[in-house]
Amino acid sequence: MKALILVGGYGTRLRPLTLSRPKPLVEFANKPIVVHQLEALVAAGVTHVVLAVSYRAEQMEAELSLEAKKLGVTVSFSVEDEPLGTAGPLKLAEKVLDDGSGDPFFVLNSDVICDFPFKRMADYHAKHGKEGTIVVTCVEEPSKYGVVVYDENSGKIERFVEKPQEFVSNKINAGLYMFNPSVLKRIESRPTSIEKEVFPSMADEGQLYAQDLDGFWMDIGQPKDFLRGLCLYLSSCDESLLAKGPGIVGNVLMDPTAKIGTGCRIGPNVSIGPGVVIQDGVCIKRCTIMKDSTIRSHSWLENSIVGWRCDIGKWVRIENVSVLGEDVIVRDELYINEAIVLPHKVIAASVPEKEIIM
Amino acid sequence: MLKAVILLGGPQKGTRFRPLSLDIPKPLFPVAGLPTVQHHIEALAAVPGLREILLIGFFPANQMAQFTAEMASTYKIRTRYLQEYTALGTAGGIYHFRDQIRAGGADAFFLINGDVCGDFPLEEMLKFHESRAGKNALVTLLATEATRQQSCMYGCIVEDKETHEVLHYVEKPSTFVSTLINCGVYICSPAIFQLLQKLHNTKQDCYKDDTDISDAIHLEVDVLKPLAGTGQSFVYSSDRWWSQIKTAGSAIYANRHYLQLYRRNKRMDRLANSSVSPTIIGDVFVHPSASIHPTAVLGPNVSIGKNVSVGAGVRIKESIILGNATVQEHSCILYSIVGWNSTVGSWSRVEGTPCDPNPNKPFAKMDNVPLFNVEGRLNPSITILGCNVSVASELLVLNSIVLPHKDLPHSYKNEIIL
Repeated sequence: MKALILVGGYGTRLRPLTLSRPKPLVEFANKPIVVHQLEALVAAGVTHVVLAVSYRAEQMEAELSLEAKKLGVTVSFSVEDEPLGTAGPLKLAEKVLDDGSGDPFFVLNSDVICDFPFKRMADYHAKHGKEGTIVVTCVEEPSKYGVVVYDENSGKIERFVEKPQEFVSNKINAGLYMFNPSVLKRIESRPTSIEKEVFPSMADEGQLYAQDLDGFWMDIGQPKDFLRGLCLYLSSCDESLLAKGPGIVGNVLMDPTAKIGTGCRIGPNVSIGPGVVIQDGVCIKRCTIMKDSTIRSHSWLENSIVGWRCDIGKWVRIENVSVLGEDVIVRDELYINEAIVLPHKVIAASVPEKEIIM
Repeated sequence: MLKAVILLGGPQKGTRFRPLSLDIPKPLFPVAGLPTVQHHIEALAAVPGLREILLIGFFPANQMAQFTAEMASTYKIRTRYLQEYTALGTAGGIYHFRDQIRAGGADAFFLINGDVCGDFPLEEMLKFHESRAGKNALVTLLATEATRQQSCMYGCIVEDKETHEVLHYVEKPSTFVSTLINCGVYICSPAIFQLLQKLHNTKQDCYKDDTDISDAIHLEVDVLKPLAGTGQSFVYSSDRWWSQIKTAGSAIYANRHYLQLYRRNKRMDRLANSSVSPTIIGDVFVHPSASIHPTAVLGPNVSIGKNVSVGAGVRIKESIILGNATVQEHSCILYSIVGWNSTVGSWSRVEGTPCDPNPNKPFAKMDNVPLFNVEGRLNPSITILGCNVSVASELLVLNSIVLPHKDLPHSYKNEIIL
């Protein structure tokens, strides 16, 4: 079986992290986002994954080749010369996806983190026998998303409502699909939107079926949702993977090479990457601390992302979805609130109000 | 023989010092570990020949009794509190208690406004005054330089550069007069009472005529202004540290300078020793009864009061922690005053904005900015926790003023919490 991951462009919503690494390589819960997806696909029997990218293909190729070898999967890149939307990349990768076997293939948005239901999808897809399956998930605020209206019994999709102003349904397109190769014939070789230009006609012809997603789902394409996604991911995570010990509160994921000082309180909902050093008396809640960063004594961090190789001083307070890019230094005793800090900056004065530090 | 009078004001005064003056008479508010007015008393007690210090104000006498007794025994100098029946004005008070001041035949007396602070050159001033006494000097004013712009918020003096006679005096002029300003520290000859009597009688006449019902006499307006140009008032200028203590924010500034003064005057007994734990940076006063965890880091410019408890990994900088306060582990206190019996929870951050004089402008003084700016927003100030305030763990209290007896369950920024 094959799969295509729609990676796309610059990942601007997850800047400043994506200034240092392409989005699929940004670690979510200590693992590159794309590796979460690759692992789940491989577990479902996928042998070849196409990453549809429009930039930084070389960096991804270099970094993912090892991971691909470990998982025993072929990872190839389909590079767009111009952004092709959500459907165009499928056409571009047509030769790989339609290998003549007639087997269906998976397509997924690269921002999605959930308990990937690929096996169930394949079963369901075979069962209804039509061209496409869309995974739908329940959300609290459907007005931000594309809502899917379908028959609860058969699963047959009736129509789509993009960002509904009035409540239609709370079931939204989760960004996970399974298609027969015949779907590729519906796509023109130009930038197109699969949601707007392909799905409606498929639904009209009764060729699209919806499958409910069990468990959590989150589009982690922006920092706020990245952190919310972390909470959901950790609470559905295998207990044995979570850190235990003095000073650990609730769900905490900690790389074994990270060092934690005494008198700390870490958690809940924290991920700490490899090589991270946390000195004594530090309190961290609802945060991601990425590889090789140092958090000095007595600091307090909440609801924020600290990028790679950062150095956070003593008695620093960081909160409210602050995101520090790679190699940011925060001097002692500062207050950082709602700050987006670009890579390689030295912060020497407090940032008390929302600010982007260029 | 010399005497000294310190004008303390009363509970209706010093409102800009709230909420700290809600719990204690403002002159007793501790700066660098000592009540503000004790710094004056200490400086006065060191002047040879000074026999008695009179504190005049309209605080209830029972609020001052213990303090005056302590002062008398600490400095071995007669110290008394004289309570005005009402606010009599800066000169009305000394006129009312003239017999007490003159008693024993004082040759001259110092007169100090309680709401200023500084490194006063009292002995030099006295020598100068005595050299001018033959020239009918009734009063010598201590003066200092201010910036052109800020001078208009003070009493402005024009002097004869050679004789140092006051030629002209204006209180808070609306246009620029002089950068030489009145420090609120004086030496008076007893003959000044004759002038005050005249003024008093005039006021009484006015009272009978029902034209002006106030019998208060103000030194600046009623005495210094008319004395200018008569050859009876003189100026002694100093460029040592001087400031008013009007707002609570100025307490942090005064604290830093009094600590500095301890160092300069070799009062090392009052400065925490940096060679042992906890870590001490710069000038820090720690009351002997306070308990400080060895991993705490204090300073520069911190004063820790009686029975204060400071936990592990606490950071305190440019702040005053008042008696019986508890600062729990890993918390960080910057540019703030933590009131009596208050508690700051662990990993909390209590932070204010310094309101120091512009360091790049020579002679700049503190701007006593109002609480609110023209847009109705709170001007950033030091953070003040009144007494019995409890800040829960992991909170932020930034640029805020918290009135006494409050429990803060969440963070506050730029707010007055009633």
